[in-house]
Amino acid sequence: MKIHEYQGKEILRKFGVPTPRGKACFSVDEAVAAARALGGTVWVVKAQIHAGGRGKGGGVRVARSLEEVRLAAEQILGMQLVTHQTGQEGQLVRRLLVEEGAQIAREYYLGMVIDRDAQRVALLASSEGGMEIEEVAVHSPEKIHTLRIDPVAGLSAEEAAQAARLIGIPEGSIAGAVAVLQGLYRAFVEKEAMLAEINPLVLTADGRVLALDAKFNFDSNALFRHPEIVALRDLDEEDPAEIEASKFDLSYISLDGDIACLVNGAGLAMATMDIIKLYGGNPANFLDVGGGANREKVTEAFKLMLKNPKLKAILVNIFGGIMKCDVIAEGIVAAVREVHLSVPLVVRLEGTNVELGKKILAESGLPIISAADMADAAEKAVAAARSH
Amino acid sequence: MSILIDKNTRVMTQGMTGKVGQFHTTNCIAYANGANCFVAGVTPNKGGQSFEGVPIYNSVLEAKQQTGATVSVIYVPPAYAAAAIDEAVDADLELVICITEGIPVHDMLRTRYRMSGRRTLLIGPNCPGLITPDELKIGIMPGHIHKKGRIGVVSRSGTLTYEAVGQLTALGLGQSSCVGIGGDPINGLKHLDVLRLFNDDPETDAVIMVGEIGGSDEEACARWIRDNMKKPVVGFIAGVTAPPGKRMGHAGAIISGGQGGADDKLAVMEECGIHITRNPAEMGRVMKKILMGS
Repeated sequence: MKIHEYQGKEILRKFGVPTPRGKACFSVDEAVAAARALGGTVWVVKAQIHAGGRGKGGGVRVARSLEEVRLAAEQILGMQLVTHQTGQEGQLVRRLLVEEGAQIAREYYLGMVIDRDAQRVALLASSEGGMEIEEVAVHSPEKIHTLRIDPVAGLSAEEAAQAARLIGIPEGSIAGAVAVLQGLYRAFVEKEAMLAEINPLVLTADGRVLALDAKFNFDSNALFRHPEIVALRDLDEEDPAEIEASKFDLSYISLDGDIACLVNGAGLAMATMDIIKLYGGNPANFLDVGGGANREKVTEAFKLMLKNPKLKAILVNIFGGIMKCDVIAEGIVAAVREVHLSVPLVVRLEGTNVELGKKILAESGLPIISAADMADAAEKAVAAARSH
Repeated sequence: MSILIDKNTRVMTQGMTGKVGQFHTTNCIAYANGANCFVAGVTPNKGGQSFEGVPIYNSVLEAKQQTGATVSVIYVPPAYAAAAIDEAVDADLELVICITEGIPVHDMLRTRYRMSGRRTLLIGPNCPGLITPDELKIGIMPGHIHKKGRIGVVSRSGTLTYEAVGQLTALGLGQSSCVGIGGDPINGLKHLDVLRLFNDDPETDAVIMVGEIGGSDEEACARWIRDNMKKPVVGFIAGVTAPPGKRMGHAGAIISGGQGGADDKLAVMEECGIHITRNPAEMGRVMKKILMGS
């Protein structure tokens, strides 16, 4: 689960990581009032959306008067901010962060991830702040320093200081950097994050070390013990179809094709998308109905798929294990009767009680195109989408 | 022969009295030699009771001491599952298979750390389990799609494993053992560990390896295969069409930081001599062709 920058900074401050003073705002007047209350002569007005790359897209502006704050807020609030992470249509900006300006002397990068190979939390630190770490990894990987952290001992002050020296933080500011690194690690572990980034971490002209940005992604499997994180969820930043799906315990991701697929199991669902593409079609979604799909879940899954205006065909691919094919067939028949099916439907059933399942589909009298195997299903779905 | 389990393995079930545990324990007992292999259940405070004739104990250690079980399968809910693995490791079992999906990743980090230097092997979590056809099934896979034979199967996903097995069985190719290693980022045995076991198993002739996007386990395994594997390997990676930054169901199935994409994995696997297919419906046929040619 992702959160906004201003929320991430609140978390960091609780763990002793200094950030510029600032305030989240939902209107232009609020933004001006916030700047006035902060005082000073320079402010930064920042769009709050969950995607990265906001600066390049015009979502971050420096203002040198209250009038410039107003102008920046007017321009950013309500804009469709397009970044490399939002897709072409961009993301509507509904919230701003107004912050005091900082006198930046140097910029650095800090990241924290779950390192699958080492099975540890890994700290990534680089002298190349403000850039995308993926770019740095490609062009100058030697500038990224990785430290794998012992889960029992945690991140020691000595290790943190060493990491800070490696990326070139001057001796007089090492203590400040250690506080940032240890705070980030404690926040990462205590709040059960999957990813955290401070990019850039800055050294100010007067030698302070500040987090100028904050990005967190939390483990959705751990949210049951973090109501304070769940409270930060912003549904406006999520795909409505994916929110709807999660209510019914369906795992759904929107894609930009026109052949919807309904599958049991995440791996088989991905493989079904792949085979649609392989046969010349384009998948409209990833949809895993899980192991315990019943009639209600299948019906909701159909409703979701049918909401897509680009939809040209539906492919159902079920390998029944625990889930019996006759149960899923009854679910499909009931769903098709309940929703208005406007596109061709191809169904492939295999596994437990497959003959019974096929019989239910055949005797339903519904225009269901039956497929013998996965390849046959993909071929038929692509052909049906073309002629629809 | 087979890998990891056979008809002489003795198994305990942690979380046997829950709804999920009951359902799958019943099915596993009904499969092949299951009635002799499933000798104990573990549920705290329910020691002394029994389910389907299998005695229940309060702790893993007690179950091990009373029955001689050396393998455990876990259906405990996600919030307590890592502690259940810890208990099995502390009791020095040989193998733990954790079916539970949705365990917090920081729990698994601590559990894997505790396991270092211990002999216990872990399969999963978030996996279908493993099966040696006609001998023993430990997990949630449908037993009837399998056929005894000489092909090994290893996969990160559940139903896609069934798909591979179903294709093999339909072509008359039986399986020595089929192992689902699970879709979580922090887990036990990796592709490489299972391939190593298949390589050493005299009754496995060839292996199907099914991977998916995320991480770099498949790449590491491919390099090991290039240098060590004596048997042909057929490979498929799910997720060629998956967009970056999106978690595709499994917690581990995500392309992040430009790493873990399917095309890169397939390229490395092909370079390392694995017979890759980009068509998930062709895994069985590719295997058959290789075996006919050799």
